[in-house]
Amino acid sequence: MSALNRLQITWRAAQDIADHQVVNLGIGLPVHCSDYLRPEVDVILQSENGVIGVGPLAAPDKADTDLVDAGSRRITLRPGASIVDSSWSFAMIRGGHIDVTILGAFEVAANGDLANWDMRVPNRGPLVGGAMDLAACAREVRVIMEHVTRNGAPRLLEQCALPLTAVRCVSRVYTDLAVVDVTPQGFVVREMVAISRDELQAKTGAPLTFASDCKLLTAPAIAVPD
Amino acid sequence: MPIDKRVSLNEALDGVTDGATVFITGFGGAGFPNKLIRALRERGPKDLTLVVNSATHRYSLTHELIAADLVRKVICTAARGHDKEPSPFETRWMAGQIELEMVPQGTFTERIRAGGAGIPAFYTPVGFGTELTRGKEVRRFGARDYVMEEAITGDLALVRADIADRTGNLSFNYAQMNFGPVMASAAKLAVAEVRAVSDEPLARERIQLPGVYVDRVVAV
Repeated sequence: MSALNRLQITWRAAQDIADHQVVNLGIGLPVHCSDYLRPEVDVILQSENGVIGVGPLAAPDKADTDLVDAGSRRITLRPGASIVDSSWSFAMIRGGHIDVTILGAFEVAANGDLANWDMRVPNRGPLVGGAMDLAACAREVRVIMEHVTRNGAPRLLEQCALPLTAVRCVSRVYTDLAVVDVTPQGFVVREMVAISRDELQAKTGAPLTFASDCKLLTAPAIAVPD
Repeated sequence: MPIDKRVSLNEALDGVTDGATVFITGFGGAGFPNKLIRALRERGPKDLTLVVNSATHRYSLTHELIAADLVRKVICTAARGHDKEPSPFETRWMAGQIELEMVPQGTFTERIRAGGAGIPAFYTPVGFGTELTRGKEVRRFGARDYVMEEAITGDLALVRADIADRTGNLSFNYAQMNFGPVMASAAKLAVAEVRAVSDEPLARERIQLPGVYVDRVVAV
């Protein structure tokens, strides 16, 4: 069946980023999408700490401790980059100037509701960061996540059980098993790995419909470092 | 008399009292005013309300204020520790010894901006339908629901910048800027910790925060 690994999921998400888009990649797995953009695509990566035009990670000997992204990674600037304060950065997000954000998630509901900020971990404080702003206000919200939890429970659901990040915001979900669009008719599978439709449905907590041109989901071999 | 906002680290926090609401800059590893945070801990005012992006960031000394039990409440966007053991914030929060107000980051910075800009409240779509905005006024504009959020103002802002001049004008290094401009604007007393104070006035095009918003500058 060859399910995608985590980096292959980010590769697949990266293929859908279009030329000249302004893109915000969430902290964690989504930032790796920048490694797999199609070569002909030129984009502006926005980081919510105010860096408009994030470049590749800085070499250790060239790193400046103040030149970081929202995930505290030491970065470089792409040509034409600028840096603004947090208020302006979020005005940019809230004002609809981010074309696409790609976020990690715990759960997505068939109506597009997103839960990605509070896993209700006992004895840990909450962390929302900029997740709600991005989810509510980016022009398009796409999600990367494993299709099921570590215990095998579905993450694509009729209704989110975990606290919501934003309502009716997600348009597309990339998992290790499928590419699923959120539509007014619910989840529509656009691509899936070589398993049966019944198997995919069994791992999903809401009804799936399958696009008439539903394709095989594949990705090049990418090793996940330990 | 010419304006001169330079002070020593010892004088930087003169006048800070118990119960103060304190803004602390820094995000993503850049812009933490750690010398001023430590000076505040040594001064030791109690019952503080901290307004800080993260209560637990590993590069910020904010945790020292919390560990010293000087803090009554934290308004922040992140309160999760990085280590296996709970952070000083988390242990106190779980024990009910410290209050937490968790705010989406864009709402957080806009509430502070509003505080410094004379706007008492505003409507935002962010957080609608989530538990972080439960109980807040909701109003529909066009086809979308918005939540009313109130401004935040404070007594003291601790701001990290790169270079200042005697007028208090600030220039930031890369992403050090983050919450500096809004936090300085919303506080009665804004103190900037900088790498250097220039004897000459900063060139106009280098000034990212006018000295009007900055009361004291300390070279560290």
